Amino acid sequence: MTTIDTTKPTPGAETPPVDNYLTHSSGIMSWLGTLDHKRIGVMYLVSILTAFFLGGMFAMLVRLELMFPGEQILSQDQYNMAFTLHGVIMVFLVIIPSVPASLGNFVLPIMLGAKDVAFPRLNLFSYYLWVTGAVLAVSTVFFGGVDTGWTLYVPYSTTGTEMNGILLLTFAVFVLGFSSIFTGINFIVTIHRLRPPGMTWFRMPLFLWAIYATGILQVMATPVIGITVALLAVERLFGIGIFDPALGGDPVLFQHFFWFYSHPAVYIMILPGMGIISELISVHSHKHIFGYKFIAFSSVAIAIFSFIVWGHHMFLSGQSPLMNVVFSAITFSVAIPSAVKVFNWLATLYKGSISFNTPMLYALSFLVLFTISGLTGLHLGTLATDIHLHDTYFVVAHFHYTMMGGALIAMIGGIHHWWPKITGRMYSEFLGRTACGLIFVGFNLTFFTQFMLGSKGMPRRYHDYDGPNWTPEATELFGTYHFWSSIGSFVMAAGFFLIAFYLLHSLFRGKKAPANPWGGRSLEWQCASPPPHDNFSEPPHVGDPYDFTVLEWDEQEQGYHWRHDLKHEPGEA
Amino acid sequence: MTTTASTTHDHPDFLAHHWDTPKQQFEAGKLGMWLFLATEVLLFGGLFVGYAVWRGNHPELFKFGSQYLDTTMGAINTVVLILSSLTMAWAVTCAQRGNRKGLIIGLLLTLAGAGGFLGIKYVEYSHKFNEGWFPGAYFYDKPSDRSRTWDDNLPVPGAGQLVVPVPDTEARSIEELGLPADILVEISTVVPPGQGPSGLEELALTDTVHTDDHAEHEMHALQREDRPANAHMFFNIYFMMTGLHGLHVLGGVGVMIWLLIGAVKGRFNEKYFTPVDLGGLYWHIVDLIWIFLFPLFYLI
Repeated sequence: MTTIDTTKPTPGAETPPVDNYLTHSSGIMSWLGTLDHKRIGVMYLVSILTAFFLGGMFAMLVRLELMFPGEQILSQDQYNMAFTLHGVIMVFLVIIPSVPASLGNFVLPIMLGAKDVAFPRLNLFSYYLWVTGAVLAVSTVFFGGVDTGWTLYVPYSTTGTEMNGILLLTFAVFVLGFSSIFTGINFIVTIHRLRPPGMTWFRMPLFLWAIYATGILQVMATPVIGITVALLAVERLFGIGIFDPALGGDPVLFQHFFWFYSHPAVYIMILPGMGIISELISVHSHKHIFGYKFIAFSSVAIAIFSFIVWGHHMFLSGQSPLMNVVFSAITFSVAIPSAVKVFNWLATLYKGSISFNTPMLYALSFLVLFTISGLTGLHLGTLATDIHLHDTYFVVAHFHYTMMGGALIAMIGGIHHWWPKITGRMYSEFLGRTACGLIFVGFNLTFFTQFMLGSKGMPRRYHDYDGPNWTPEATELFGTYHFWSSIGSFVMAAGFFLIAFYLLHSLFRGKKAPANPWGGRSLEWQCASPPPHDNFSEPPHVGDPYDFTVLEWDEQEQGYHWRHDLKHEPGEA
Repeated sequence: MTTTASTTHDHPDFLAHHWDTPKQQFEAGKLGMWLFLATEVLLFGGLFVGYAVWRGNHPELFKFGSQYLDTTMGAINTVVLILSSLTMAWAVTCAQRGNRKGLIIGLLLTLAGAGGFLGIKYVEYSHKFNEGWFPGAYFYDKPSDRSRTWDDNLPVPGAGQLVVPVPDTEARSIEELGLPADILVEISTVVPPGQGPSGLEELALTDTVHTDDHAEHEMHALQREDRPANAHMFFNIYFMMTGLHGLHVLGGVGVMIWLLIGAVKGRFNEKYFTPVDLGGLYWHIVDLIWIFLFPLFYLI
């Protein structure tokens, strides 16, 4: 058994930078049919960012419509379709697959020291399932559209006669669910079975722990949304009555089914983001992560808790008071593992040698925004205040702070962190910091005003706030907040366009990236940038992924090196 | 691995480049399959939860509805599926021992079992379809009765309209009945369940035109006054669960045919039998789900 080894160097690997995964083979088919996890990750990244652009455009339409009282650019039906598609695209196409499928696919096997994920074909199949789901979801526009909101609540989704896109959308969600399940299965098996000798569970970077916990959620929760949308489709096609009270069914059952998936899905979105933040904060403050095991196990704890809090979405849907109290209490307990992470990150920063470069700025933004989202979550988890805040802009602001301020900001930070590794190019640090500032300011202007709107009573999903049903004072007050919220969204959009500009620019004009520009210690920084086809030209040093003392700065290469005075990893067998 | 396994080269053909040993590859495949089976359990889990909720809230529906399932056919199907699991396990063992002939026979027998199961299910389903035991709004709306008892041009009931069930009549429209136009008339022996808050409960008419004794007996039973409201809900959950299970059996047939082609071509041997093993696992879970469905619908 020992004769089959990984240590045998691949031919030609002695001159590493010549052949990498980008130049290994060429032609469009070498990408579309690739089984290389790195190429699949890049294809995912490009596709997901495209979907992000599309979802962002729908958000812009919504913000433009709400900027002033009265109808602006969208009719009521168009407005409903716009916010529904914004939600569907951002949730199902962007944030749920975002980090695991793109960055996770790229760095997970390399971080682990493996050549590929466990099932490369399944990985490619999962990508094409995503593409199919994306095409189906977006094409609902041409089949009458969908106006139910991304939650697809019955009876909106079962009784509407004009909006025939709903069947297509349920199919899209089903297909996307399979894509997510296959990614999860792939990553769990990879982490279990493809760790090379020396890579123990507690030598894995925390990003991998987060991806592992996410994988469990993807596998355990996603089938339930599958059966839910299947029931919804059958209900709509044949009127079986399962969600229809006139036939003896129960519409709240749909909400239970839906949130049994969609609450864990919130953690499918945020956990990988937390994993990225653990990497960014430790690497860019050049200090060992504080409380490794606590952060690792808090990911698993969050995954477990996430399954038993779904009822807090239904405090006002006619649940029994006892259930409300129980769900409220469990919801509060999610704060414990989340806070464990936040305090450990703060303790990592403490006395660290912090580099305020672009990835780190995103990590710090995450800390601020995620803390706000967590704390406002407590307002909504409290039964009494939730009655007031339910279905208002407070909820909208809260989950945008989580989904965007948390998950997406972390993803953008991760993209900046691993961009040199993925593309082999450095981007402009100055423009990177500028864009991060624009997004941070724009984001808070957009969504903090919505906390105000919500607490003043502006309901979500309303097309307008002018007319006989609104007092002039309300129209004026909401108008002011909506105006500034829209201004904020424009600032944010400018930030994103700036990012698109300098990242694309770096592909052509960027400086060549060294193997280790930031001083990272996990294995992906030991292979060349961009990595060779088989990831490692020589077996990597597996060790403590946050022990930065073994690295030193090389002025000539503008990157970090293994210290010359150390022959071997300290403590390595 | 013995040295004979790698006399020609270090990597056998079936071993993908990122694995060190066939054992590692096999174990990864098996773990992946188990995870997939976990998702299957959760997929059905949603429906089992739905079953539990309804049974808890409306036990009378299940007591009533389960009389109309044929326990004998269900029992035969259970035996057929369990036997097919046995033949599948046999096929897997043959594959592990490199017995190609045994593998092919085992797979063929399993396929026969799957086909038999689907055949019996087809007989059961068509009987229910013929009787109009559809779930939901189409419950009891037999195609043969439809032209006689249900006029598509009738307005949909709304607020302020009175729903009057009228015994069987030759009249085909409101005008022929001679009733005021603002009264909604159901020219039907059966009030479709979607038309009122209590669904089928109002229905108390037993006029039938059936000559077939067996069918007439069942018709009368389903039209009995003591039939619980929303009797269709039993068939609703019955069709959803057995239907989804049937689709999985169909998927299993596809897997089995694929394995059979591989077996005939000689792809599997004692060193490489992963697909047979994983296909067997899938087949067992399909079997296992039926073992839960059978008592839940037919027996209790």
